[in-house]
Amino acid sequence: MQTEIKEFIQREILKDSGRDIASDEALISSGLIDSFSLVDIALFVEESYGVRIDDAELSTETFDTLAELAALVEQRR
Amino acid sequence: MTSLTSSTIPALLKELEHQAADEIAIVFQQKDQDKLLTYAELVRRSAVYCRAFEQAGIASGEPVIIILDHRLELISAFFGAVLHGAVPAIMPFLTEKLSPERYRESLGSLIEITEPSALVTYRDFQDEIDKIELSGSSLRSILYVEDQPASVEWDWTEAAGLNSQPEDIVLLQHSSGTTGLQKGVALSHQAILNQLEAYSSALNLTGMDVIVSWLPLYHDMGLIAGFLLPILLRVKLVLMSPFEWVRAPYRLMRAVSEHGGTLTWLPNFAYNFCTKKIRDRDLEGVDLSTWRAVINCSEPMRWESHEMFLSRFESYGLQASALATCYAMAENVFAVTQGGIEAPLLVDEVRRSSLSGERAARPGSADEDTVKVLSAGPPIANTEIRVIDDEGRPLPERAIGEIALRGDSLLSEYYKRPDLTAKSVSNGWYKTGDLGYMYRGELFITGRAKELIIVGGKNIYPQDLEAIVDEIPGVYPGRAVAFGIFNEAIGTEDVAVVAEHDEDSQAETDLIVRQIRAAIATGSDVTARYIQIVERGWLIKTSSGKNARAANKEKFLLEFGT
Repeated sequence: MQTEIKEFIQREILKDSGRDIASDEALISSGLIDSFSLVDIALFVEESYGVRIDDAELSTETFDTLAELAALVEQRR
Repeated sequence: MTSLTSSTIPALLKELEHQAADEIAIVFQQKDQDKLLTYAELVRRSAVYCRAFEQAGIASGEPVIIILDHRLELISAFFGAVLHGAVPAIMPFLTEKLSPERYRESLGSLIEITEPSALVTYRDFQDEIDKIELSGSSLRSILYVEDQPASVEWDWTEAAGLNSQPEDIVLLQHSSGTTGLQKGVALSHQAILNQLEAYSSALNLTGMDVIVSWLPLYHDMGLIAGFLLPILLRVKLVLMSPFEWVRAPYRLMRAVSEHGGTLTWLPNFAYNFCTKKIRDRDLEGVDLSTWRAVINCSEPMRWESHEMFLSRFESYGLQASALATCYAMAENVFAVTQGGIEAPLLVDEVRRSSLSGERAARPGSADEDTVKVLSAGPPIANTEIRVIDDEGRPLPERAIGEIALRGDSLLSEYYKRPDLTAKSVSNGWYKTGDLGYMYRGELFITGRAKELIIVGGKNIYPQDLEAIVDEIPGVYPGRAVAFGIFNEAIGTEDVAVVAEHDEDSQAETDLIVRQIRAAIATGSDVTARYIQIVERGWLIKTSSGKNARAANKEKFLLEFGT
């Protein structure tokens, strides 16, 4: 799942499939993913795994890395 | 709706509190429930800050900087400053991605130029403030929101702002970044009230209107159209936080539906954003038929964005006639033109090549490569427009030139920057730095003379980004350029950076690209989409050694495409 989310971020948000993302790399606080793309992540996770991330949860307080995001989705499935 | 009989904003607030004490001024949307703010409560809350400024010994006319999130205290602190006669400037709060060091630097330079007497912020922010070198600065007082009482015994005799004169400066507006923060647009009571009068008439605004806004108050569109206009003209305002909107864009549609919203201002990217990022499920039961104008403003307006927005929301009641446009800038308080209110928006289909090469917008026929340019509408009543050539001579219809304007809502000055003021205003005409043409009495915007990048309605100065890139080890000092490239899919500009570096290895180049990306993310309000490393000597410089951004952009697009 982490790989799928990573590929989505590379393809749809960064538009750069060659840009690797480490599982513990900061996504939001580093500015890699800007606030305009947060909702894309919520939409992707919901479509792919049927897990809803609430609007209010789209911040570093809930997740900031691939590992944390995958864990959050796993926990709610 | 109130007609403007008062000649200053504090006097108008007093009048409103007297006439409409129990009327709802603002429906402030919060996560859990709406907070309804009547005019009486607005004044009551603002009085707390008026008193606080008084007790801190802040004098009339002294600037105060407000650094608060989009919460109720921001509104109270802003109007509190106005009631006291102090001059508020709202600065964006530190975001997650921005590096605190860079933010402190910006704040430091804002303080140096603006020389504020006080700063209003949260206790949480105290550590940041403590790190700024304040000795020798003008700041005498830091007011923390948490230290303020819920209410104070107060009456209008304490409102020193009532002594303000119409020509006095009432607020400062800044755009972001080091450059923007050094250019505070100083606006007088009179200029703002003149704007509200002319603009409300262009909008056919009435007391039946309901304005819905998610725009930040540190931006002119948010502060004037989405805040002062409705509040001061007694038109109901439904206000939500930009932070929440960007995570849940459907909230805008729900708010319009729930409150019978009639007017909303959006930057162009928001049309694409709403179209693509709202689930059907979140629109269940939503009715947008009350929307009489959705006004595209503050970045280049695209016909394609309007079309996609209309086809996405038509089935929810959005009417084609609601699509409207406006050309605006803080230097004219806000609006310069308004289109699409009295009649459907004029769309001018012109030859694409004519916009850049011929300096005149030539109508195109079906077999040519054309572009549909949206009209920004005719000028509002108090503002005159001229399209001028390089020598300042007025140009005929359809000829492209720089847009200059004149009127009674122009800025008083760039605050404490007589140099910049003198450069921009001559004989009462303000040169906007934007390019456009007139046709049938309406203005069409085609580009910018100043090399500003606009991302999501936010003005970004390329020199700020270049300064950030310059600091990356391995980049030749002074050999980096930044520019914007319009992205059709998202309806706004992407940021591109080209920097010179002698490639030793791919690994090293990759590292520099990563460092540039991170430095821009944490050092500015944007993220870079394209980062291109080129060899020494690639960049084009002007004869004076200055940065030729437009030429480099062209070269970049030619060699690397996007």
